[in-house]
Amino acid sequence: MPILTIDQVMHAYVTNQSAVLALNHLSLTVERGEFLSFLGPSGCGKTTLLSIIAGLIEPTKGRVLIEGKEAKTMRQTIGYMLQHDYLFPWKTIEQNVTIGLKLTGKYSEKTRKQTLALLHQIGLRDVDDRYPYELSGGMRQRAALVRTLATDPKILLLDEPFSALDYQTKLKLEDLVWETLKQYRKTALLVTHDIGEAIAMSDRIVLFTAKPGKIKRVVSVPDSLKACTPFQARQHPDFSPIFQMIWKELESIEQT
Amino acid sequence: MNKHEWLQRIYDQHIAYEKREKRIVRFFQTIIVIAFFSLWEIASRFHWIDPLLFSSPSSIWHLFITKVRDHTLFSHTTITLTETVLGFIVGTIAGICFAALLWWFPRVSKIVDPYLVILNAMPKVALGPILIVALGPNMTSIVAMGAIISIIITTIVVYTSFKEVDANYIKVLQTFGATKRQWFTEAILPASFPTMISTLKVNVGLSWVGVIVGEFLVSKQGLGYMIIYGFQVFNFTLVLLSLLMIALLSSIMYQLVSWFEKKLIKRA
Repeated sequence: MPILTIDQVMHAYVTNQSAVLALNHLSLTVERGEFLSFLGPSGCGKTTLLSIIAGLIEPTKGRVLIEGKEAKTMRQTIGYMLQHDYLFPWKTIEQNVTIGLKLTGKYSEKTRKQTLALLHQIGLRDVDDRYPYELSGGMRQRAALVRTLATDPKILLLDEPFSALDYQTKLKLEDLVWETLKQYRKTALLVTHDIGEAIAMSDRIVLFTAKPGKIKRVVSVPDSLKACTPFQARQHPDFSPIFQMIWKELESIEQT
Repeated sequence: MNKHEWLQRIYDQHIAYEKREKRIVRFFQTIIVIAFFSLWEIASRFHWIDPLLFSSPSSIWHLFITKVRDHTLFSHTTITLTETVLGFIVGTIAGICFAALLWWFPRVSKIVDPYLVILNAMPKVALGPILIVALGPNMTSIVAMGAIISIIITTIVVYTSFKEVDANYIKVLQTFGATKRQWFTEAILPASFPTMISTLKVNVGLSWVGVIVGEFLVSKQGLGYMIIYGFQVFNFTLVLLSLLMIALLSSIMYQLVSWFEKKLIKRA
């Protein structure tokens, strides 16, 4: 059974002016352990789709199934990472990364230790008792990753988590996130504007058209690139041809 | 000279400069106080100003000693201080509770919005006579005055800050399946602490206004009573003594709130 099934999802935003169709007849299945990227012009409803998968909003029409069950009943299996870290400034790093455990009732000495161990493993040492403002942007986003992973979600939704970082930090974090997700065999959906990032990190890339959001095409990344870390993939000879292909595809989307 | 010593020297210079700056500021602040009171005393002695109206620091001091000896100053001050602190606490807490209620029930907030605007625009001290008739000419109505003057503005300001908390913090909590109650305790409330502290600071001043006006009207006891009594018997030394006491006590309350702020808000 696929871990995620999106079945004929339609979603409309209603405002005082009008009702706008954000997503139109969207269908997609994702297998366990897969890494998918969503690429497309702004306004193509990618963030809306993530919110629907996360069970935060209900689709106007259609169904989203996680392991065969309705998405809104499966919130606990989803981890969501936003563009900015949104660490709570009044909580210490430890309190921040364990908040999910506390809210889901999974908090115990064991899970606390595991979470702190993960924090140290991804290079955040001696910051447990610090406050977020004392950390750099990259460190904060890493803490946000730990917060997301702490509750052991099966699917990770990454909503442009690297776009607010400087280029070098972004490349390092891509590798770190990729390795961490592979290690724990997580399924991930990444929303991004960066074609290179999509190719470097994912197994499949979903290209969206805008207004209303619709899947234009799904591109499979060659196995040669999938095996590499994102940083290596960017240097790989197969990288450039697929980049060109997606670039042209997106150009044609924007022109129509 | 090595790098370390060089840095140390630059640091020492900076600290020395800061210390000097602080001393200069303190010096001028002291000078102003001394100059103000000396000038006041001299102007009064030489009748540049009418001593009957403006009194003088020395006569205020003598009155202070007398009033301390016969224990009347202490009792009046304690009464006023109790009323103010109670009014301040009741007003602030009730205001925050109302704000929480409005946040919890958005429809209620939509319904009461115009009434809040009217209540806020209305000068609350004008309600004084009604309060005194309703609650009796006693401490309760004075505390109510101290509270009512700050309650509406606290509600409006705190509710606005509740609404302005970044929705993405809620989104983070939602992804962990948090309840609405948890949104409030984990994000909305702590995110609004800085705003609440600044309303506390405003409320210190407002409660004093409410309580003093209340004491004017009830005219039985307290520093406000001392002012109105001094005014009626033309004893402006008494009026000024009360004013100085109020200034002193309200500054102490303000300092306490600042101290509380430092305790509560740990981030820079």
